[in-house]
Amino acid sequence: MFPFVALRFAAIMAKKWSCRLEAVARQTRGGTLTSSVETEPLLRADGIELSFGGVAALKRVSLDVAPGGITALIGPNGAGKTSLFNVVSGFHKPDAGTLRFAGNDITRLATHRRAGLCIARTFQNISLFPGMTVLDNIKLGAHTHLKTGVLAAGVFWGPAQREEVQLRDEIERKIIDFLEIDHIRKTPVAMLPYGLQKRVELGRALAMRPKLLLLDEPVAGMNREETEDMARFILDLQEEWGVTILLVEHDMGMVMDISNHVVVLNFGEKIAEGPPDVVQRDAAVIEAYLGASEAA
Amino acid sequence: MDIMFVVEDSITGLMTGGVYALIAVGIVLVFRATKVFNFAHGAVLMIGAYFYYTITGMLDVAGLGTWAIYVLGLPLTMIVAALFGAVIERVLMRPMIGQHPFPMIMVTIGLISVLEGVAAIAWTTNAKYPPALVGLSIDFVGGMAINRQMLASFLIAGAVFVIITILFLKSKAGVAIRATASDQSTAYAMGINVPRVFMTTWMVAAATAALAGILLAPLNSLTPSLSQVGLSVIAVVILGGLDSVIGALLAAFIVGWLEAMANHFLGGDFKEIVPYAVVLAIILIRPYGLLGTRDVERV
Amino acid sequence: MIIGDYKASYASDEAVFRSWPVRYGFAALLIALAVLPFGASGFIIFLVIQVAIYTVAITGLNILTGYTGLISLGHGALVGVGAYATAVFANWLGAPWWVVMPMAVAFTAAVGLLFGLPSLRIRGLYLTIATLAANFIIIFIIEHWTDVTRGDSGITLAPATLFGMALESDAQKYALIVPIAILAVLFAQNLFRTRVGRAFIAIRDSDYSAEIIGVDLTRYKLIAFGIGSAYAGLAGSLWAYNFLALLPTQFELQLSIVFLAALVVGGNARTLGPIFGAVFVILIPEFLKWLFGFLTPISPTILEYTAPANTIAYGLLIIGFMIFEPMGLAAIWTRFWRYINLWPFSP
Repeated sequence: MFPFVALRFAAIMAKKWSCRLEAVARQTRGGTLTSSVETEPLLRADGIELSFGGVAALKRVSLDVAPGGITALIGPNGAGKTSLFNVVSGFHKPDAGTLRFAGNDITRLATHRRAGLCIARTFQNISLFPGMTVLDNIKLGAHTHLKTGVLAAGVFWGPAQREEVQLRDEIERKIIDFLEIDHIRKTPVAMLPYGLQKRVELGRALAMRPKLLLLDEPVAGMNREETEDMARFILDLQEEWGVTILLVEHDMGMVMDISNHVVVLNFGEKIAEGPPDVVQRDAAVIEAYLGASEAA
Repeated sequence: MDIMFVVEDSITGLMTGGVYALIAVGIVLVFRATKVFNFAHGAVLMIGAYFYYTITGMLDVAGLGTWAIYVLGLPLTMIVAALFGAVIERVLMRPMIGQHPFPMIMVTIGLISVLEGVAAIAWTTNAKYPPALVGLSIDFVGGMAINRQMLASFLIAGAVFVIITILFLKSKAGVAIRATASDQSTAYAMGINVPRVFMTTWMVAAATAALAGILLAPLNSLTPSLSQVGLSVIAVVILGGLDSVIGALLAAFIVGWLEAMANHFLGGDFKEIVPYAVVLAIILIRPYGLLGTRDVERV
Repeated sequence: MIIGDYKASYASDEAVFRSWPVRYGFAALLIALAVLPFGASGFIIFLVIQVAIYTVAITGLNILTGYTGLISLGHGALVGVGAYATAVFANWLGAPWWVVMPMAVAFTAAVGLLFGLPSLRIRGLYLTIATLAANFIIIFIIEHWTDVTRGDSGITLAPATLFGMALESDAQKYALIVPIAILAVLFAQNLFRTRVGRAFIAIRDSDYSAEIIGVDLTRYKLIAFGIGSAYAGLAGSLWAYNFLALLPTQFELQLSIVFLAALVVGGNARTLGPIFGAVFVILIPEFLKWLFGFLTPISPTILEYTAPANTIAYGLLIIGFMIFEPMGLAAIWTRFWRYINLWPFSP
């Protein structure tokens, strides 16, 4: 058993935390890691089609998410925003179209492997693990970046402990501090108010060391103060962490304030895209939101 | 000559299947309405059979003739069993409405132990022989032996099954049950008395279980381990697709027949294991059963 | 107030025994367990051995059912697989326990994985039913594969030897079984301080988000089945070396239900749960025996009811705890210590 543990230990030391793009590039068919990540869009959806029992949820939707920016996905209820998110995170496999992440085709990649690519997401209805504490929820986010196997975990002393303490240190310094949730770190999430739960869910996504962060209605149901806090976190993430953000939101004030690029969906089709101030004046968008008669 | 025995055993198997259908319908009803899978259904059946044993014993002491078994014994047993089902629902299940399925499943598992223990204390573990509804004699039809009690069981079980299915599809209570099944809160909002729906289904399930117990007990003998039949009927329910009444009927015949064939070709011991082998096979190949809804597997 | 919860490093904050009363308490418990065989009566030692074996089995069930949320009705049969594998391997090979035991554990884990395969496609209820079916099929095989298992006539094996001494008395067996049980519990506790254990809980709480954060559901469900079954195998192996004679009927469905009862009573998803649960389910029959012995002068036949009374007690415990205290004794224990710690400022 001890040689085994030692081997594990060596493996952990050899690999630092990183998104295993290379590994995934090998897994995806024909995928090669291009060096032009910086110039290409980080995420490119091309002609995505998705239907549920004959009802088309997405009709040939194409979308580019530029690296380092904040892209907002807006549209009336039922426009297909969350469906597109589910395609990106892998819950739905599209009927047609391709999805490329940092130059790799990930259209058919298993959901859990996308975490290894550092695609993180939060949910519209918070989807935390209610029985666990805030700290454990956030630690879970780092799952793919940790290496401990069953044997090392059970023995604990040695590599597993080192990894756990290092993880704790990272989380404390980078996430708990940043999100200002140090007072609740040992509270079970089920006992927290809605606004804080949203923040913890963001924390869990951050522990995934995201390159691309999908936020599904991050400020829905929040009051003005909570919304401002969240907007500040999102801006900090983009500016200081260099995270690329794709968000769905109905709070137009916030969308227009923080995003660089806005994509509008209506009935599963992309009807407009561009900088916020342009999209705001787009006739098709106004019609989609206010209805044809009023726009006329 | 040998083929004759196969046919004979097949018929026996299909008849047993009829009783299985009667047992399965109780599990399916309760599952559809309350989303609780009742592992204790067999135990309720066993208790129902003991009720029957005690009631007919009292009728015998009272000196009433065999007619009393039909006129008083049968209905009284089913009423008492229905009340028993109502008590289980009210005391054990009602407090847990709307909870995660884990505690509810655990409660029904605990209930198996309690009911088997209670039966062993109240009626001892010695075999009992309650009176059969029809004489246990055997008729020969063209060289094939047909057990009369079995035939009668098959007919009664079939009739009750058909009645329940029709009620389920057509009656107002049936509509209420189905509405509750598809969405509890909406059913509540539409003015359906959901707790009463729950209680009704438990009462019907317990009464039909007791009837199945009445039919099964005289064929062998009555001991607390009769409740095991409930566990093998789980195979029927799974094969049928958990939420499908018609699927359960079809599956009941298949399982009954397979048991008879295992008994014929491999010997009596293998008969007990058939339902479980069927369950594992179904779960691996087609988890939602013959006629079940696909998304049930996501429960 | 006994404890101020102040930590100077993350390592100490992540420790299992987070305060000095707990640390000394645990040390005292270890010492008590170490000196017990020298002072206690044979009967007490016998009971502690049984508690240890049950604790190992229930810890395995806890990993599977408590933490990962896969309800198993086949755990008792898997303990049977472990026990029979031990007896058969020991008789065939004539090998010492430290060869036979890992073999039995590995074999049981493999059998568990085989029956865990349905868990890849199905969830919740269907899985419970699959394990129920597995329970019957395993017992059936043990009963009917008489060439190997000797079926209903039972199987025997030679006692384990430690330092050239055959472990035949209860005190001798204690020396083998209890340390192994303690190590097994610590191993499980450690599991839940790392990513492996957290992934299990994630699957239980929300498999949807577990996938999003990169937990491979297939892999981790199988790991859970493998570890849970390995614990069952270890418990079975200890069981075999404790009783030295096995019958298939010992491992029937009732045993699985007793394990579930212990888990529910002790508190699932807690390390202490299986220990509390094991103590409880081992003591209940003894308590009932004592109680009924007390009542014999009043009702001479009452001892006949001991077995059904046990059955009822197990069932009532499951039901009662599920309705009134779903988190079990471990939760009561935690609340009690929180109260003591904060006293005199307890709410």
